[in-house]
Formats: sequence, structure tokens, C-alpha cells
Amino acid sequence: MDVVQLKKQLGDYTRSLFNEGFLDDQFNQLQQLQDESNPEFVAEVVSLFFQDSQRLVNELAKDLEQQSVDFKKVDAHVHQLKGSSSSIGAQRVQKACISFRNYCDEQNIEGCLKCLQQLKNEYSLVKNKLETLFKLEQQLLEAGG
Amino acid sequence: MDATSSSSSWKGMMEQGNEPHVLAVDDNIIDRKIVEKLLKNSSCKVTTAENGLRALEYLGLGDDQDNSLETSGSKVNLIITDYCMPGMTGYDLLKKVKESNAMKEVPVVIMSSENIPTRINKCLEEGAQMFMLKPLKQSDVKKLRCQLMTRS
Repeated sequence: MDVVQLKKQLGDYTRSLFNEGFLDDQFNQLQQLQDESNPEFVAEVVSLFFQDSQRLVNELAKDLEQQSVDFKKVDAHVHQLKGSSSSIGAQRVQKACISFRNYCDEQNIEGCLKCLQQLKNEYSLVKNKLETLFKLEQQLLEAGG
Repeated sequence: MDATSSSSSWKGMMEQGNEPHVLAVDDNIIDRKIVEKLLKNSSCKVTTAENGLRALEYLGLGDDQDNSLETSGSKVNLIITDYCMPGMTGYDLLKKVKESNAMKEVPVVIMSSENIPTRINKCLEEGAQMFMLKPLKQSDVKKLRCQLMTRS
């Protein structure tokens, strides 16, 4: 594929991520922050997000396995994940966190477990999408775009 | 206004062409990275801290520190802190800063992902310069800088 086609592919893909609600304007904000002094900024932040989210998802699984679930702890972990997903514009993950917190408030274990599953799904989806996005950007760069 | 107080004020420092030194406090690693970049893009020198205790230590206000000594903290021109942090909240940090003779003139900005009017008022009443809603954007930092320039 030539540069023009690659550029179009990247543009179409990016647009789809916004249209499908995977990303919101905050992701644009991050891209605007990137400059020559730190050309890998977005990739670095997203990478941190992946690492931190995986850690939090693991913690949440542990929290919910306890004999006596500490909902304050669960809520604190979800709050963290809500914060980071909001900061990078991972809208669907953020929304899943909001639902999760509601079930925490109700101390509803079933609801929390369902939300954790949903959270894992959304996280997995956005991770794949972003990895694809970065690959497309890389391809474009390599093609001279 | 004598030389020292004008150089420590935000405006005075900008007039001298110096880069403001900001201490950014947040327990979330992603948010720390983002706020650091936002501030660096606005020509600030940035030091980050992952919690209130570390922040106080950096400012020379830690429990086991001699508050009268010159520390790197005395060169800080702005503190920007998250509200929700485990242990010491941003509000607690704000109070400690405002209670200290050495640091009470330093503007403190509180950030939060939650728009709770009672929380906001509490912080402003305690002397916070500004309350900013997360996630932060470049335009928020620009607004902050403008506000600090017109601060007397």
C-alpha cells in the first residue's frame, strides 16, 4: 500500500474507534500533547495504562474472591481504573467502571462480578484496537508518511 | 515589593524569564505522566510526587524535617495536587501547605475527577488557588497560567 492508502486506512480506523465509542476527545488531547521533544508520548502513556489496568483487573479479581468482600477496597480499585481510562480517553472502559461502582455501592457481589467480566472485555477490546492503531501509524511512518 | 518576594511570586518570576517550578502530586501513574507533559508544554519545570507525604518531604515540611532550612521545596512556585489520594488527601496537603510559614504563599491547585460543589468550596475556602476537573486539558493549564499572572 502506498502512503495515500495507508493514510486513508489510518484515518478510517481512527474515526471508527471514535464512532464506536472506544475513544473520546481526551485521546485527541493526548495526541495534541505529543511533540518532537517526546514523539513517543502517546504510546508511553497508553503502555502505562495497559500495565496499570492489568494490575487493577487482577486486584479486583482477588478482591471479589475473598470470603468477606471489602467493597471499599473494590471501589478504590475501580476508582483508579475509572480515572486512568478517563485520562486517556478509553470511554467504554470508563463507562464500565461507572456501572461497577454502582454495584459496589449496593454491595452487590453478583453485579460486581458481572461488571468485572464486562470490564475485562472492554479493556481487552480497547487494548487490541489501540495496538492496531499504533501498528497502522508505524506502517505509515515506515512508508514515508 | 522587595526583590525576593517578587521573584518568588509567579508574575515576578515570569517577568524575569524564569521557568516556574511546579510540584505535581497524584497517586495515579498515568495522570502523573499526563499532568507533567501538560505543564512541560507550558514551559514549566516539573517535579512529581506520588502521595502527600512525599510531597511534604520534598517541600521540606515533613515531620522529621527542620522547616526553617532552605530546601529544594522552597523553589516551588506552584503545587498541583489530586484530591482523592490514599492516606493524605489533596485537601489535607493543601491545609498543611497553608499552615506552614515557608510555603503558605505558594498557590495550590486541586484536581479531581468528581464535580462535588461541597468539595470544591471546602478547598477554595482553605485557600486553594483553583479547582480543576479531570481529565485535564491543555486549555485548563493555559487558564491556570493566566490566572496566576493576574494574581496579586
